[in-house]
Amino acid sequence: MGLLYGLIAVGLALIFGLMDVTNFAHGEFLMIAMYLSFFLFAFFAIDPLLSAPLVAAALFIFGAVVYLLIVRFAMRAKANAGMVQIFTTFGLAIVMRGLAQFFFTPDYRSIPHSWLGGKTISIAGIFLPEPQLVGALVSILAFVGLYFFIHRTDFGRALEATREDPGAVALVGIDKNRVFAFGWGLGAALVGLAGAIMASFFYIYPDVGASFALIAYVTVALGGFGSVFGAFAGGIIVGLVEATTALVLPPSLKSVGIYAVYLLVVFIRPRGLFGSI
Amino acid sequence: MDKEFAARRRRDLIIAAVLAGIAALTPLFVKDVVVQNILILTLMYAGLSQSWNILSGYCGQISLGHALYFGLGAYTTELLFTKFGVLPWFGMLAGGVVSALIAMGLGYPFFRLRGHYFVIATIVIAEIGLLLFHNWDWAGAAMGITIPIRGDSWLKFQFLRTKLPYFYFALALCCLAWFVTWWLEDSKWGFWWRAVKDNPDAAESLGVDVFNSKMGAAAVSAFLVAVGGSFYAQFVSYIDPESVMGFQFSLLMALPAVLGGIGTLWGPVLGAAILIPLTELTRFKFGGSGRGVDLIVYGTLIVLISLALPRGLLSLFSRPKKTGAAR
Repeated sequence: MGLLYGLIAVGLALIFGLMDVTNFAHGEFLMIAMYLSFFLFAFFAIDPLLSAPLVAAALFIFGAVVYLLIVRFAMRAKANAGMVQIFTTFGLAIVMRGLAQFFFTPDYRSIPHSWLGGKTISIAGIFLPEPQLVGALVSILAFVGLYFFIHRTDFGRALEATREDPGAVALVGIDKNRVFAFGWGLGAALVGLAGAIMASFFYIYPDVGASFALIAYVTVALGGFGSVFGAFAGGIIVGLVEATTALVLPPSLKSVGIYAVYLLVVFIRPRGLFGSI
Repeated sequence: MDKEFAARRRRDLIIAAVLAGIAALTPLFVKDVVVQNILILTLMYAGLSQSWNILSGYCGQISLGHALYFGLGAYTTELLFTKFGVLPWFGMLAGGVVSALIAMGLGYPFFRLRGHYFVIATIVIAEIGLLLFHNWDWAGAAMGITIPIRGDSWLKFQFLRTKLPYFYFALALCCLAWFVTWWLEDSKWGFWWRAVKDNPDAAESLGVDVFNSKMGAAAVSAFLVAVGGSFYAQFVSYIDPESVMGFQFSLLMALPAVLGGIGTLWGPVLGAAILIPLTELTRFKFGGSGRGVDLIVYGTLIVLISLALPRGLLSLFSRPKKTGAAR
């Protein structure tokens, strides 16, 4: 379960953590991805696992468009840019939820008989649910990919440089908007991947994103802004803490443990575990 | 400059008195219960947003967890009333004091954090409060508390046949929050807060007690928001954790100030006067469909306003020359 949070958080780690842009619509991106893979399954009988790349590609375009149409202007604000980002993306989240209710109705949907749903696999006598296992694998791959992408490619360096000083990168010929639009696309594509995998074993409804979004923010902040590895570690810690809390407290309180650990960590290390900004 | 500032403050006070007077007379002409309801909510959110603005606007500590204080105010009042028979008036005070104390207790570790880390910490602490109240059986858990109906009385601050007393209380709350802001704006605290907001390190080096000024702002802000929570509980006469401590309240408190002009005296009032009627009307007009049209309209409005006027609606009125001093 922890790696699943990690998977949702990895996209956010890119947008929120590395690019330092607040995205309060992250949960809604996840919701859109889940609906997409639901409809691909319902109309074309494509299993969520197969449609994952399609969904990721669609979300890539969506993320880039959202950046170019909305977020770009929110970042341009001279006064209290932080609040403007919070409220534009929050407004966007409300619109997306409203649209989802309008077109898809508030009904709960789920994908029956997918390849992954409800199956378990036994490794050395331990039974693991298949979807979670696949989710974990994909999430590790996504993190490794992102890590190399940020630290080993020119584009990754350009991205970090743009966050540090948009003016200076313009001087060396980097187009800030292209870099950030690509970053948003990639972040959205990663959450698309998460949505496609989760669609096979979670109920899908317009508000589904909200329940995961806060934990994703906490995961990113726990690991520390500006660190891919931090978000990954944050994801694992969040999962472990949630599982342990569920053992001692009633299930409805399981998130309290996560929140408490976040507070504890930032009180000791005000920049998260591995944060650099 | 000082003279100009003093003149502006006098002018603000006069305008506020006139507006309050006009507001106090509106119930004479507005008899429609739906409209009265909207007016009450508008005044309440104006007051809440004004209180939020003290900590987040003036002092620059963006809190998205003020629902915690709102809920604490509501719960303290109603628990004292239903379990111990304490009159809501005392409950209101108690709620305010409890919230202010908790705000200072939380401030102690919280104010070391900066930026996103602080904002997320405030969201998280309100969420913890929400979950705890959800599981606290004595306080009604998820079922919440229904306030027993004892008939109309000022003593118990409960009115079934008329909304007017609620209207006047909301107006008083709004005026109180405005006046506190106005008064603090020109006090040592007000100057310290603005210094802390603009550059905490520089402020500290000039002898501003950064930590204590944040604490002071948090306490005042939490107290006023808690009184608002108590009022809301009496007004709707039923509370449950989601309906008084949910994340949406934190945002609803912040939005009017942000739309009107964050860190300004008039921003929250202006923002609430436009936003709350709009919210209620879209809900009234489109909400019945259950298809989220109200959400689409509302969300689009928020996106457009925050993109078009990042400094808030008030920036429309200030001449370009003044923009530097407008903060």
